[in-house]
Amino acid sequence: MRGRGGGLRFIGALALLVVFLFPLFWILTVAFKNPEDIFVTPPVWLPSTLNFQDFALIFSEGYYRAILNSLIVATGATIIAMVFGTTAAYSIARHRTGGETLANWILSWRMLPPIAVVFPIFLVFSVVELRDSYFGLILLNGAFNIPYVVWMMRGYIEDVPIELEESALVDGCSRWQTLYRVVLPMARTGLFATAVFTFIFAWNEYAFALVLTETEVITVPVQIAKFMGREATYFSRIAALSLLALIPVFLAVVTMQRYLVRGISLGAIKG
Amino acid sequence: MTPRAERSTAAAGSSGWLDRHFKYLLLYPAIVLLLLIGLFPVLYSLMVSFQNLTMLKQDYGFQGLLNYERLINTDRFWWAILHTGVLTAIALPLELVFGLAMARLFVKDIRGKRLFLALLVLPAVLPPIVAGGIWRMLLDVSFGPINQIIGWLSGGVPASINWLIDPFYVYPTILLTEVWEWTPFMFLILLAALSNVDPSQEEAAEIDGAGPWTIFVRITLPAIWPVMIVALLIRGLDLVRTFDIVWALTKGGPGTLTETISVYMYTMGFQRFATSYTGAMAFVIIIVLSLAVMVLLRRVEIAR
Repeated sequence: MRGRGGGLRFIGALALLVVFLFPLFWILTVAFKNPEDIFVTPPVWLPSTLNFQDFALIFSEGYYRAILNSLIVATGATIIAMVFGTTAAYSIARHRTGGETLANWILSWRMLPPIAVVFPIFLVFSVVELRDSYFGLILLNGAFNIPYVVWMMRGYIEDVPIELEESALVDGCSRWQTLYRVVLPMARTGLFATAVFTFIFAWNEYAFALVLTETEVITVPVQIAKFMGREATYFSRIAALSLLALIPVFLAVVTMQRYLVRGISLGAIKG
Repeated sequence: MTPRAERSTAAAGSSGWLDRHFKYLLLYPAIVLLLLIGLFPVLYSLMVSFQNLTMLKQDYGFQGLLNYERLINTDRFWWAILHTGVLTAIALPLELVFGLAMARLFVKDIRGKRLFLALLVLPAVLPPIVAGGIWRMLLDVSFGPINQIIGWLSGGVPASINWLIDPFYVYPTILLTEVWEWTPFMFLILLAALSNVDPSQEEAAEIDGAGPWTIFVRITLPAIWPVMIVALLIRGLDLVRTFDIVWALTKGGPGTLTETISVYMYTMGFQRFATSYTGAMAFVIIIVLSLAVMVLLRRVEIAR
């Protein structure tokens, strides 16, 4: 079987890559193009000269702060979601707390339209002065990713042989120690993969940030949307900031690559 | 397995307060957070939906079902539901079919497989609003390369398709962006599922003379079914609440032709400040979707 059609498959894979990466290639060129190369018909595919002005602008005008804000918010949200989600998942996986109904109930939160939820949240955050604050955005993103973490980690925890936990208990570990010293280290692959995806979800989140941030904690998606104004669309700025913002996520993906496929699917399989 | 674990605790003899309430202490913080962030908005939406708060007046008196009547009698609301339904009904099968086809391609050994996977996953890790921005550039009527490429393919006649404005092309535009961004996600999940299918079964069926289609329907499909259902569920729910991509591309336009439920809700709540009306809409949408999800999840369980 192997070998037959192997070359054909490779060509097919290459074609797919071209189709899926063309948009990214395009913003890569746009980021380095002069305005004369961007606003020209017919479009030119490669920059005539390399232009670093837009990257410079992102630093001189302080737009880079959006990346820092996104890093802070996504990291904070990931920590909250992982801590609360994983412990809840353990309780559900091992103690059947609340049974299947609770598990389904938790998952059903994932389908809440952020726009529907953020409206009352906006009003409350105005009262308690959490609008435009890191804490407010972190709390919201963290809570919203709990259902995902619970469902993924439940699968990973069920994978840990229960005998290990039992013998730890018999050896005199408390339940807490068993969780920290036995279960979590055993499930670390799942922990990492789930954390990466939670990070990506929080990193990409737009609706909450759009409504709840004004000047202080503007995140990357909000900043990029600001570049798409009604009067003018700053193509090259969008391109430059998108590329810079892609770096942290891409690093996360590459470092975690061998866990990724397992990461998205295992929770689903176990679900 | 619970009774066994329970007994082991007794054997270990540890019975501090923390230990005894262990399983609840682990669970409650998450539940409290979810209720705080989730249940509160639902109740709040319900409350304001019985009042009459608009941009112009702040009438806190009980108004009965006024806002629900308004909602039901507003064509724009029903259109928004229809738009959302159409987008979901077209995008979901497309993502599934493309994702499955790609997964079939990559489930066999391919040189440089890991690099391919790392690069192919990139669209899915891009913020959807950014994906929308990128496609706006690509589809720009005069400065975008897509019209240029179409021009080449149609024999040098320059194309000037107004992808973001022309009523005929706005849906294809949104679908294209949506499918580009999320097919890789579907692909990764299905690839994992396909990798777990025992090849010997497929080979045995092949020896027995079954055609490729029969093998796929009878052996492969049932094996990946549970994963596929969950993937469809996750993507379906995301599509139902679609906001970012539509907002970036058309803001619901031209007119209200591509307005989804989320876009409509945003417009009414944050641009028109129709607080009570939006509250009623949010409440209805949340309740309907929750029920749908509960029913779907039960179905999925039974299906297994």
